[in-house]
Amino acid sequence: MKRFFSFVHKEFLHIFRDKRTLLILFGLPFVQVLLFGFALTNEISYAKIAILDNDKGMHSRKITHRLLSSGYFRLEENLTTYADIEKAFRKGKIKMVVVFPQDFDSEYERSKGAHIQLLADASEQNTAISLVNYASAIIGDYSAAQNPVASSPMMIDVRSRMVFNPELKGAFVFVPGVMAMVLLLVSAMMTSVTIAREKEMGTMEVLSVSPLTQSQIIFGKVLPYLLLSFINGCLIIALGVWVLDMPMNGNLLLLLTETLLFIFLSLSIGIFISTLTDSQLVAMFASLVILLMPTIFLSGFIFPIESMPKPLQVVSNIIPAKYFIAIVKGIMIKGVGIGYLLKETLILLAMAGLFIFMSLRKLKTRSL
Amino acid sequence: MRRILFLVEKEFKQILRNRVLLRMMLITPILQLILLSYAANFEVKDLQITIVDSDHSTYSRRLVSKFSHIENFHISTYEPSYKQASLQLLKNSSDIVLVIPPHFERDLYRNNRAEVQLMVNAIDGSKAGIASGYAASIIRDFNAEILTENFPAPPLQNGQVMIANQYWYNPQLEYKTFMVPGILFELLLLIGGLIASLNIVREKEVGTMEQLNVTPIKKYQFIIGKLTPFVIIGLVQFTAGLLVGVFLFGIPLEGSILLMYMFALLFLLLCVGLGLFISNISQTMQQAMFAAFFCLVLFILLSGLFASTENMPLWAQYLNYLNPLKYIIEVGRNVMLKGSSFYEVQSQFFALSLLTVLILSLAMWRYRKTV
Amino acid sequence: MEKVVIADKLTKKFGNFIATNEITFAVDKGEIFGFLGANGAGKTTAMRMLCGLLKPSSGDAKVAGFDVYTQTEKIKERIGYMSQKFSLYEDLTVRENIKFYGGIYGLRLPAIKSKTEYILEKLSLGEVADTLVASLPLGWKQRLAFSIAMLHEPPVVFLDEPTGGVDPITRRQFWDMLYEAASNGTTIFITTHYMDEAEYCNRVSIMVDGRIQALDTPRRLREQYGVESMDGVFQILARGTSTK
Repeated sequence: MKRFFSFVHKEFLHIFRDKRTLLILFGLPFVQVLLFGFALTNEISYAKIAILDNDKGMHSRKITHRLLSSGYFRLEENLTTYADIEKAFRKGKIKMVVVFPQDFDSEYERSKGAHIQLLADASEQNTAISLVNYASAIIGDYSAAQNPVASSPMMIDVRSRMVFNPELKGAFVFVPGVMAMVLLLVSAMMTSVTIAREKEMGTMEVLSVSPLTQSQIIFGKVLPYLLLSFINGCLIIALGVWVLDMPMNGNLLLLLTETLLFIFLSLSIGIFISTLTDSQLVAMFASLVILLMPTIFLSGFIFPIESMPKPLQVVSNIIPAKYFIAIVKGIMIKGVGIGYLLKETLILLAMAGLFIFMSLRKLKTRSL
Repeated sequence: MRRILFLVEKEFKQILRNRVLLRMMLITPILQLILLSYAANFEVKDLQITIVDSDHSTYSRRLVSKFSHIENFHISTYEPSYKQASLQLLKNSSDIVLVIPPHFERDLYRNNRAEVQLMVNAIDGSKAGIASGYAASIIRDFNAEILTENFPAPPLQNGQVMIANQYWYNPQLEYKTFMVPGILFELLLLIGGLIASLNIVREKEVGTMEQLNVTPIKKYQFIIGKLTPFVIIGLVQFTAGLLVGVFLFGIPLEGSILLMYMFALLFLLLCVGLGLFISNISQTMQQAMFAAFFCLVLFILLSGLFASTENMPLWAQYLNYLNPLKYIIEVGRNVMLKGSSFYEVQSQFFALSLLTVLILSLAMWRYRKTV
Repeated sequence: MEKVVIADKLTKKFGNFIATNEITFAVDKGEIFGFLGANGAGKTTAMRMLCGLLKPSSGDAKVAGFDVYTQTEKIKERIGYMSQKFSLYEDLTVRENIKFYGGIYGLRLPAIKSKTEYILEKLSLGEVADTLVASLPLGWKQRLAFSIAMLHEPPVVFLDEPTGGVDPITRRQFWDMLYEAASNGTTIFITTHYMDEAEYCNRVSIMVDGRIQALDTPRRLREQYGVESMDGVFQILARGTSTK
């Protein structure tokens, strides 16, 4: 046991001596949470648009004024011909063109309904949809304000209540996502790469002829990362709660236990990868492409799972982060207990067991 | 010049010999491009709705059946009470709950007004907004339907504005059209930058770097020799990605293909240069990997792949002046989808060129043969 | 006699730590010059300065007539180098390694070709010419590395503990190659901590704590310290103890 502790001590020294890596390990979650929290937003503000006003009448000018004073739009240029539209879009600066036809005013007054064209650059399609929706609403308001309609009969009022997140804060989605990503990164990627490194440098051979058992070696290598990941997890929770106003409705102890479970799973994946290869490069690449990218794209962290084609939805079921994200959301936001999270917890446990089992089998046929 | 060729030859041999790595470098980006392009979709589909109908009237049933006929909604359960329905939200088995109060139909006839309630699981705020918008519009449609049944159509009043929308360059609002050019370049950055960042530091770890440092090889020869193989492999990846984009996803290629290749080359020089710079300043592969990873995550998040760059706060927009991925995604979307010519993307060209020169000089400067 | 390596009060400091402290010596053309010392005595630091890998803190040195401060690239064209850390590409074949380093040293293709044949023949590596270096035994790798360091026929070659980890017979074979190179006029500068190797050198210098404590032929050093082997000399100087 004493031998084991001195080995763990050595591993800690390795990690803490490498200040740069440590800085990145702890800097990464900070930067990500801050970026997601403050930089990534789909709210439109002062999008650049162009106006092609062929009429220059009172109504077109009033509508233009309304659009530009809404805070959503900013006038980049006034176009004079239809041919200008294409040119303006190609430069990529403007996102939407509002076109008033020649007889806009007269049509408007003549009760036949006047036409406005909203042309949006849908190569950035999210923005395009939002812009068109905002503009339509503003134009609709204008015409509504012009003719107040008597209250219509048989009105159904829709009262929407946003449960769990009344202010529709983005943090509720990405804090759990970032947490899953960082924990996976630190645990799986770091372990697989450090073990591969020892193999590459030949020091693993030295270790394996020492009186330490193989499981002690692995456990000793993994322990520091368990600790680092756990600190990282706590850090992200703290940032989420204190900086981004995430609620903490559930049991903190349960959350920390589940976090440990997820770290444990990630570590077992890391160990498994390291039993497959002797090369740091391959270990790193494998962790990156089979773990990280799918975690970002398929866990529902950024893109909703329901929107994916069916085969991908099936694939998403094997992404561990999916379950962990559900657990974190459940505990922090919904405040549910273990009873509601049993399925997710069991799946994570089973996955961890599977990876440990596969690693052990690999280790039996060939030593580390 | 001859020295560079020998270095290039050696790098190629090493890369080609590492079968596992080679396979990963060539196949995974394409697989990822395909998978990710299908996955990257903000569209809200298949909303699970729980119904609490406390009225059981003709109208309430008609309203419910409206939802069951809309493609985007699936009625997951019917619950007798509000309380039980909210359990569905807790369990995640429902996205939205429609509560129709008792006397819904009676209220509509008698008071000309009735209320229904939507409870939306809003953890994912943007999805919740869209979901409640959908649901509300279905209810409005229903409202209009019963209105016209009970009252004949009112005449068109003056002051009506008809709005016609046109979505240019992506009329079907396909997410893939929007995402593929972005993901393509993102993968180039990821593969090129990361593999390159590990290359020199690997030679340091193995000890061959020192051997090279006692040879008379010049700094620029070394950097060019290291750069070339990765740039060539990157161009192969780019070609494969482009083929997948055009033939599998039907992404239009409106602009000049030559222009795309010119930009791809420039971008690859930059990515690999960045990788080599990181490799030069790192002592271990682990350090290099994490440093590279840190930069890449930063670039990707700020690039406009996930959220429009113009909506970002000013500090993020300033940071983005240094983000090569932001420029190249703009170029990709403008040239591929809109057919922009060089003149229209020249500002991106100059920005990328400047960054490339900068990073290559840094890489060269930080490569020390003597410490 | 022509001096190929000249060091004059050459010093390297890392912070407060003085790795090599004002070392002064000169090496003749065709000489096998041994650099002895315990681990951390400053041998490798001294050698790295002479090879232009490390900038000296003070003092002067010239290698093949060029200055170690200002003409490191000139020096690099005229030296061979082989380090304790294995410096061939393990994922390239024997032939490919020779071709690569030949190319880097500016040899023309025909020259590389004839050199390759010469090396393969001399080391009897013909059968493994197209196998990866990784699969060769250590002793073969060392001889191959030395041959590659000599590819461009440098006037001086630096060897940093080149024979670590192999048995005495293999070491002896390696030394045969060194003698042959020296007899052709190549100056050989070698660090080692094997005392039997020290006996093979024309002259040895013994470094202790960054300083050169003794510098002479092995025979005269033995006589001077009244011991029977270089090991004895080393014990007295490096450890301050006598084996007698």
